[in-house]
Amino acid sequence: MDFEGFAKVDFEEALEPSAFDDGPTLPDRQHLVVVGNGMAGCRAIEELIARDAGRYRVTIFGAEPHVNYNRIMLSPVLAGEKTFDEIVINGHDWYADHGIELIAGDPVETIDRAAKTVTARSGRSVGYDKLLLATGSDPFIIPVPGKDLPGVITFRDMNDVDQMLAAAEAGRAKGGGAAVVIGGGLLGLEAAHGLSLRGMKVTVIHLAKTLMERQLDESAGWLLKTALEARGQVILTEANTAEIVGDWRVEGVRLADGTLIPASLVVMAVGIRPATALARTAGLEVGRGIKVDDHMVTSDPDVLAVGECVEHDGQVYGLVAPLWDMCRSLANGLVDRHSGYRGSVTSTKLKVSGIDVFSAGDFAGGDGAEDIVLRDASRGIYKRVVVRDDRIVGAVLYGDTADGSWYFDLLKKGEDVSAIRDVLIFGQAFASGGGQADPKAAVAALSDDAEICGCNGVTKGKVCQSIVDGATSLDAVRSTCKASASCGSCTGLVEQLLSITLGEDYGGERTVKTMCKCTSFGHDDVRREIVAQAMRSIPEVMQKLHWSTPDGCSSCRPALNYYLLCALPGDYKDDQQSRFVNERMHANIQKDGTYSVVPRMWGGLTSPRELRAIADVVEKFNAPMVKVTGGQRLDIFGIRKEDLPAVWADLNAAGMVSGHAYGKSLRTVKTCVGSEWCRFGTQDSTGLGVKIERMTWGSWMPHKFKIAVSGCPRNCAEATIKDFGIVCVDSGYELHVGGNGGIKVRATDLLCKVATEEEAMEVCAAFVQLYREQARYLERTAPWIERVGTDHIKSSLLDDPEAIPTLAARFRSSQRFMQDDPWEKRVTGEDAHLHQPLLVAAQ
Amino acid sequence: MQDWLDIGTLADIPVQGARTLTLDGTPIAVFRTVDDHVFALVDRCPHKGGPLSQGIVHGHAVACPLHNWRIALASGRAQGDDHGCTPTLTVRRDGERILLAHPLPLADAA
Ligand SMILES: Cc1cc2nc3c(=O)[nH]c(=O)nc-3n(C[C@H](O)[C@H](O)[C@H](O)COP(=O)(O)OP(=O)(O)OC[C@H]3O[C@@H](n4cnc5c(N)ncnc54)[C@H](O)[C@@H]3O)c2cc1C
Ligand code: SF4
Ligand code: FES
Repeated sequence: MDFEGFAKVDFEEALEPSAFDDGPTLPDRQHLVVVGNGMAGCRAIEELIARDAGRYRVTIFGAEPHVNYNRIMLSPVLAGEKTFDEIVINGHDWYADHGIELIAGDPVETIDRAAKTVTARSGRSVGYDKLLLATGSDPFIIPVPGKDLPGVITFRDMNDVDQMLAAAEAGRAKGGGAAVVIGGGLLGLEAAHGLSLRGMKVTVIHLAKTLMERQLDESAGWLLKTALEARGQVILTEANTAEIVGDWRVEGVRLADGTLIPASLVVMAVGIRPATALARTAGLEVGRGIKVDDHMVTSDPDVLAVGECVEHDGQVYGLVAPLWDMCRSLANGLVDRHSGYRGSVTSTKLKVSGIDVFSAGDFAGGDGAEDIVLRDASRGIYKRVVVRDDRIVGAVLYGDTADGSWYFDLLKKGEDVSAIRDVLIFGQAFASGGGQADPKAAVAALSDDAEICGCNGVTKGKVCQSIVDGATSLDAVRSTCKASASCGSCTGLVEQLLSITLGEDYGGERTVKTMCKCTSFGHDDVRREIVAQAMRSIPEVMQKLHWSTPDGCSSCRPALNYYLLCALPGDYKDDQQSRFVNERMHANIQKDGTYSVVPRMWGGLTSPRELRAIADVVEKFNAPMVKVTGGQRLDIFGIRKEDLPAVWADLNAAGMVSGHAYGKSLRTVKTCVGSEWCRFGTQDSTGLGVKIERMTWGSWMPHKFKIAVSGCPRNCAEATIKDFGIVCVDSGYELHVGGNGGIKVRATDLLCKVATEEEAMEVCAAFVQLYREQARYLERTAPWIERVGTDHIKSSLLDDPEAIPTLAARFRSSQRFMQDDPWEKRVTGEDAHLHQPLLVAAQ
Repeated sequence: MQDWLDIGTLADIPVQGARTLTLDGTPIAVFRTVDDHVFALVDRCPHKGGPLSQGIVHGHAVACPLHNWRIALASGRAQGDDHGCTPTLTVRRDGERILLAHPLPLADAA
């Protein structure tokens, strides 16, 4: 639906000139009084005139001192793309021509339903036969300190636009003003866009995780954010406004986390609520909006209501399309025709020039709902169509919205799309053109100029030519014409061209196992691309690598989160919801849903204070069991989720930190007693174990990771079945890798021998980093080494003298960001809600 | 008679996450999906009773934290080759508020 294509209806033709020659005073005509000179109020009158121009004498009250204008075009006015005159829907002529009396700038304050009169602020009182309420909505003001300061405005009417323009002007005089827009929804973003075009430095503060979360999914929201940031706006998501500061007028906004953003203008665009005060005091039935029936009649048969101020069948609307439907039904009712309003499905479009966003319908999937997703990273396009029972139920389009109205139409009509299911996502031209339902036929039908590979600008003609010239495999195509050689998203198309061109001769060959069903990339491809393109967040990866689902699955998301943190430890955006429960809760979930907690004991050492703290926790929280783990730590079982923060607080108080026994991370460094006590010990294995644990704790890994240090070849710490094992000998340290004591026991391979503790630690850090950077998520060191070969590990670390220092440096740099105790953060209240029930049920 | 129980606002539930509550002694998980739909299920996996609220939410499904069964949030049914069903509860949104049908229509719970 294109709201911009809003056209003034030409009613003149439909009208008998004599119908209004009689003027508004004709006594036998009923008097219709309208409260609200906005979109719905005037449209209702237009519809009425079109049906029966002479039926009513009309008086319209408007709070604003203007004629009827197109409110949705305020955004282009703010952006300087339109003037006020250009957005007037009905000018003074219209009112005059139809004998409508307009009382503008005088809001109605009371309704006397018994006497059938309305009284406006000026004291003017008018009697009515029928009253139509079209009062629209009031913007919602968040109740923070400073909300009433001058300079804090909403975005609703022409007056607000004038204030924004004045602020921009004043800012310009001082060399650039700053504005904060609270709310990253449709309205807020349009305000931000306009203000930044007017030269202001704009920061958008948005409470939710992604922009326009009501209309867009995470992927589209991410694209939108990226595009707006590229235009110089600062977008803060998950940001909560605490206060608006300023002495006598606005000086800035303070967020809940303490950040202060200076601003001379604050626009609140956090939502609207139906303007029902007038109706309520008049004793009409009001729910969320003024309650109306299918003909827009309120609980009083002589009072009608239409527009954003109403509630129909439990629904309230905040867009114009439903108003048109309502106005039609209202007018039909007023002239005694019957076709009632049945509610509307809505769609939205963002009016920010150069950024195309469209969303329609509902994404409630449920059983049988399928997402069809198309991502084209090189063109910045994201499309998602939700289909249930062969019918479209929702659509989100970003970047290319040309097919929005087509999808919306199919959606509204509830058409069966099974026949075009496979090509639906490519849009109308494709689905109704030569494509038919067979994607291969669709590719065959493409013209030779059609672009196959967006990254390298390779056309279908060129791909086919290189196939004909002998490139009969995917790799050959990649190396000859470059198609599919960059982001790889066109691989499917290239394969189809191979099979179309070669027929039977092409057997298909892509043997890379994909990460999961959400992508056609394998783990290694994904990692390589993350590093190459310096990607920072999961939505970014999903967009750039063309994920086929909106938010991935439980296989790919944890992997992506890990790959990102490994690639850009200081810079990536962690996603808690993509971590397994253990990592989210910083404790181990057990089969009965309780948790177990393992505090760190460095190198397996402990003290009376620590033991006492553990004993106290066990008693205080009735933990049914404490157990010594295989890694020489104490595991406290049976802790309830609600009690976790208190348990951690007590353990932290005794100086203990999280043992990360729950994570894909460094678990423990097991030690023996070594030269300190043991008569065989050759080196201080305990001391070295403690040092190594201090170096490696907190590091996230592809899988769990265990280290051990034994003081002599008797190997009491079982170092040869650990991921990294050190066996001390007289002349130094033997370093072993790739051991596993789990399902499939594997003894370590000897990596090398070094002379000093420092060297042992350096190699340990380098090996850990190599594993972190190269193994696939959920692949322990043993299968990894068996997959890539011990020689590969050895040569990666030992052939180049720079390799170990470089890898170790990368590890240490990553540790600067990772070595903090997650328990401590939670104890101070972070994410406290994750531990509390939503509602402590009274019953 | 069926009532609607107000259990909080949309903002109380993390996106792609869940919050829990206990109703008539039954643990309930209330999920919020990436596109802001809210679903409520008994917080027990049909497999071995895993707390679904602690799983990874993706699309309109959740992966159980214990053995990774995938449960459809709308129907409570296990997906793929697994069989079993978790009772669902009727949830309604009223603006930002989340309402849960009460008492629980769990009699037919499988
Ligand atoms: C900046 C902006 C951009 C928008 N963009 C879009 C868009 O792209 N697409 C879309 O579908 N919708 C958009 N909307 C929403 C759309 O404008 C509204 O849905 C529509 O205007 C609602 O029509 P209405 O007649 O119910 O209310 P309004 O158009 O708000 O009209 C209500 C009128 O009643 C007046 N009034 C209130 N109380 C009284 C009283 N007591 N006495 C006299 N007068 C009174 C008000 O001053 C107002 O003029 C946008 C809104 C804004 C503010
Ligand atoms: S590994 Fe050697 S040094 Fe360590 S405890 Fe056993 S025998 Fe003693
Ligand atoms: S208990 Fe849920 S998958 Fe096993």
